[in-house]
Amino acid sequence: MTVSATPSPHLDHANRALAILPGKGGITGRLSDSFWRNPKLLLILFLTPPVLWLGIIYLGSLFALLAQSFFSIDEFSGLVKYELTLKTYGELFRPANLDIIIRTASMAACVTLAAAIVAFPIGYFAARYARGKWKALFYIGVMLPLWSSYLVKVYAWKLILAKEGILTWIFAKLHLTWLLDAWLAIPVIGGYSLSVSYTGTFLVFLYVWLPFMVLPVQAALERVPASYIEASGDLGAKPSQTFRHILFPLALPGIVAGSIFTFSLTLGDYIIPQIIGSSRLFIGQAVYAQQGTAGNIPLAAAFTVVPIVIMGIYLWGAKRMGAFDAL
Amino acid sequence: MHSDGRTHAPLGLKIAAGAGLLFMHLPIALIFVYAFTTEDKSYQWPPPGFTIKWLAVTWNRPDVWQALVLSLKTASVSTLIAMVLGTFCAAAVSRSKFFGRETISLLVILPIALPGIITGIALRSAFSLADIPFSIWTIILGHATFCVVVVYNNAVARFRRTSGSLVEASMDLGANSFQTFRHVILPNISTALLAGGMLAFALSFDEVIVTTFTAGQQSTLPIWMLEELVRPRQRPVTNVVAMVVVLVTVFPILAAYYLTRDGDQVAGSGK
Repeated sequence: MTVSATPSPHLDHANRALAILPGKGGITGRLSDSFWRNPKLLLILFLTPPVLWLGIIYLGSLFALLAQSFFSIDEFSGLVKYELTLKTYGELFRPANLDIIIRTASMAACVTLAAAIVAFPIGYFAARYARGKWKALFYIGVMLPLWSSYLVKVYAWKLILAKEGILTWIFAKLHLTWLLDAWLAIPVIGGYSLSVSYTGTFLVFLYVWLPFMVLPVQAALERVPASYIEASGDLGAKPSQTFRHILFPLALPGIVAGSIFTFSLTLGDYIIPQIIGSSRLFIGQAVYAQQGTAGNIPLAAAFTVVPIVIMGIYLWGAKRMGAFDAL
Repeated sequence: MHSDGRTHAPLGLKIAAGAGLLFMHLPIALIFVYAFTTEDKSYQWPPPGFTIKWLAVTWNRPDVWQALVLSLKTASVSTLIAMVLGTFCAAAVSRSKFFGRETISLLVILPIALPGIITGIALRSAFSLADIPFSIWTIILGHATFCVVVVYNNAVARFRRTSGSLVEASMDLGANSFQTFRHVILPNISTALLAGGMLAFALSFDEVIVTTFTAGQQSTLPIWMLEELVRPRQRPVTNVVAMVVVLVTVFPILAAYYLTRDGDQVAGSGK
């Protein structure tokens, strides 16, 4: 509703003068008046603490770290040489380090793909069929694992994947132990037991980041009008065709939004592959090892630039696909 | 008829969705079973028997208590800082358009969007450059930084739904800025702030990646757990601690959900 700006003709002169209140007394009153007269003052007052905090503590340390990636370490003394060089970045392209980067990026891609596949039915059911109590249940059902303790989740999987754990027991009860053994015998993804194989690492990553995929996928699917799907069916499309031509393209921004989380979180994690998986390093572990035991801060800093660059490219692509509208 | 597909989901979809939900919950449920197992050497399933003796053993462990107290202290202080900074930021961003507004939003989100290891190592190298010794405050510094975004998100959503005309009406009726804040703005945003605070608390209580870099020799509860995960020494105690951590974080999450559930019914939201 808009209020007319022209004063009412019935308002006489004296009344109009009364409509302008006298300035308030006291410090709080005067302060309050100056806030009203000068909104910028309040804005600056509001913005200064958070901007100072984030700007100094967060951005300050971040830039200090990135700056160190342009230094290098002296191979004989092991001390950092403070002169600008791209030598440290060159080290990233050594076969061993390149292996780490490729390993991490492919794991992130696999996890993202699997998360999208598992998340889609959950998101679709919650968005289209769940009503009332069920809707709330689905929402809490996704929020609880999302927010509950990361370490506890990893620990739970250590229990599940252990050689004497529940998964081995289930396979034995189903008389499928041969299948598990055959899977573990596959060269790259297998191993002595699930908890020291890439399969284990993959499962835990998938589990831990799955809720981050479900929420945006569901948000995107909520916005698909049911009439589109009905119209597609009425026009003779099989469910698979409706999925391919209607649902999937409309859900894609949500999937991309979710994949930003699953991809970025997998790239930077160093705890999961350390606890569950083979001894081969991921980017996060390399960063941790370089800054800790090796004391090579420049190389650690250069390694942290890798996820930033990959995510930068990824975000740029995601933005072009409209993924941020689905967040 | 396709239109009745609205109430009846295809069986395949039901199974896939249900299986997905089970996949997300069963592992956490398993923790509760393991906390009461009699077996203390391995992760044997099914548990040979059940006992509550590990609860008592854990209760009498000073290292667990120290870690718990440090975690609670850190989470409380970080949450308070995050609530103040997040609310200020949300108020500024939602009440006016100004140059650099988008940058501010990005700045708030960045600590959680970039992998935690980057935040952690950046803070650690900054501490060592500035010769700051590790203390509870270095942990809080890191935690508050990434908790701001949680409060900010909740507050910004609520500010957007709270109509600006309410503030104007309050001022027209003669209230000054502080009275307006106390009697009009605060009641409207309080549940959102509380929800944001609870989530920030859960986030901080549970954080491990940044903490490993900012804690030095101190151990918060997640750090204690991480050490047990890497070099298991007392599995039964770890099981009980894991269960306690689940319980401590579940309640704030549920509370936050119930606080914001009816958020659409905010006064003035019809405008």
